[in-house]
Amino acid sequence: MRGIADIYAQQFKVTLASFIQYRAALVIWLIGHVLEPLIYLVVWSTVSRSTGGSVGGFTAADFAAYFIVLMIVNHLTYTWIMYEYEYRVRQGTLSPELLRPVHPIHSDIADNITSKLITLPGMLAIAALMSLIFRPAFHPVPWAAAAFVPVVLLAFIVRFLVEWTLALAAFWTTRVSALNQMYFMAMLFFSGQIAPLELLPHPVRVIAFVLPFRWTVGFPTELLLGRLTPGQVLAGMGMQFAWLAVGLVLMRFVWRAGLKVYSAVGA
Amino acid sequence: MGNALAIHIHDLHKTYIVSEREGGVRAALASLVHRKKQEVRAVDGISFDLAPGEIVGFLGPNGAGKTTTLKMLSGLLHPTSGELSVLGFVPWKRDHDYLRQITLVMGQRNQLVWDIPAVDSFELNRAVYRVPAADFRKALDELTQLLDLGPLLKKPVRNLSLGERMKCEVAAALLHRPQVVFLDEPTIGLDVTMQRRIRAFIAEYNRRHGATVLLTSHYMADVVALTRRVIVIHHGKLLFDGDLSALVERFTAHKTIVVTLGDCTADLSAYGEVVSCTDGDVTLRVPKAETARVTGRLLADYPVLDLTVEDPPIEEVIDRVFQQEIP
Repeated sequence: MRGIADIYAQQFKVTLASFIQYRAALVIWLIGHVLEPLIYLVVWSTVSRSTGGSVGGFTAADFAAYFIVLMIVNHLTYTWIMYEYEYRVRQGTLSPELLRPVHPIHSDIADNITSKLITLPGMLAIAALMSLIFRPAFHPVPWAAAAFVPVVLLAFIVRFLVEWTLALAAFWTTRVSALNQMYFMAMLFFSGQIAPLELLPHPVRVIAFVLPFRWTVGFPTELLLGRLTPGQVLAGMGMQFAWLAVGLVLMRFVWRAGLKVYSAVGA
Repeated sequence: MGNALAIHIHDLHKTYIVSEREGGVRAALASLVHRKKQEVRAVDGISFDLAPGEIVGFLGPNGAGKTTTLKMLSGLLHPTSGELSVLGFVPWKRDHDYLRQITLVMGQRNQLVWDIPAVDSFELNRAVYRVPAADFRKALDELTQLLDLGPLLKKPVRNLSLGERMKCEVAAALLHRPQVVFLDEPTIGLDVTMQRRIRAFIAEYNRRHGATVLLTSHYMADVVALTRRVIVIHHGKLLFDGDLSALVERFTAHKTIVVTLGDCTADLSAYGEVVSCTDGDVTLRVPKAETARVTGRLLADYPVLDLTVEDPPIEEVIDRVFQQEIP
């Protein structure tokens, strides 16, 4: 355990140093993460104002609060691993990683956490600025805020496992981007990124309940905004644990099968 | 087999299945429906053993199967069939206890993180390989001294020259003091001085730590300087396994005789093939079996100032080996 902690600490330093080299890229990345929720925020606020002040119970101020919190949650749980694996497999940079006496997922997790820590202050500053402009309606609930911590952590782990496993498709096909595209479309819709799931038709909400997407973005957002009952939170956490278990099993299975292919055709 | 051997390979095979098609649109469309598969036998039944502490040169032309073999030995590739064990481990299982005892250096790939100083990558390796702090210090000091890394450690890797970077790569690969070292073209692209430096270092590492080294290189100077034993493969098959001198002996059909006569006026073509004549030194190529007879005749027929008999350059020998199929 101490060995793993040491690896994380060293990986943290490496990622930090690399990031400092790419400050401009970091800013562009941050802008991208802000723009998307900002667009939905503006669209939905405009719609709510033009339909007499609210849409399905959401006022312009509610939409502002929803998308600002969603922006932060999405930032916390986001991964970019699906873009990287194809390159790793094709360029063979995965090979040296496989010869190290540690599972390659650790360096990815450490890298992800480091990047989040570095960019979080910028993200929070932008959220504060957006709050000044859009005047969101926050109704903080203490127990919900406390529950948010484990929930967002679970959301991160589930999303990381699911996306890391999907990224492994690179072992079988060199056209992972098509798969990524499909995944991100589903993510956008079922996670609550386009609109709060409460506003979507019942069948869509049922599907969203079963799929992992909502539990990685929409659920923590709704929780922090105080829009969920304790029963709903427990059910949501149950789904998070279920997807955690599924993700772990799938990840191990796909990783082993993928390595078999990789080491058969030429690492 | 067993632990007495560092490396044991018996009847090792690696076959790749590759799909192939002709060029052009029609062939491309046809390949959508029916793909032609072809078997490529990269390694085709090779066997050899290495004792602990041996340095062995692993030679063969491009595409002979050297890298495939090294990848199977290090654990990256799963053999199609055959026996393979290193330090008593089955490499492809990539047991962490195994990986901690080996290293693979590929001259054309870099493992150091591009944007940060090498010393930070070294620290990461220390953590990954769980090298105790004191051992790490010692290893780093030793490597810094042997490879003259002092001025390089704190510069970002991307600011290093190819040679400097290679020195750091080699150091990073050896910080955990591996018992078995696989080197795939470690001196490729380096200038002569740097090649010599890396070579001397490999010899020193082997001497100090008794590590087993399997080395591929296209530079025969590496092989001559480092190894007594060479293994030659071609088209995935073993061509030769033995002393370098025996290889030269076996694959050399000619010897070179250099006769110093003082001038170039004499026509020596009756004695052998005249390769060159400069400053009164005539270089002749004669069949190996004829060497003694020709030498005797030359000494009897001419006022010879000096005479030497040499084997052809090792590059020429290797070229001959690669040119022919199984002898």
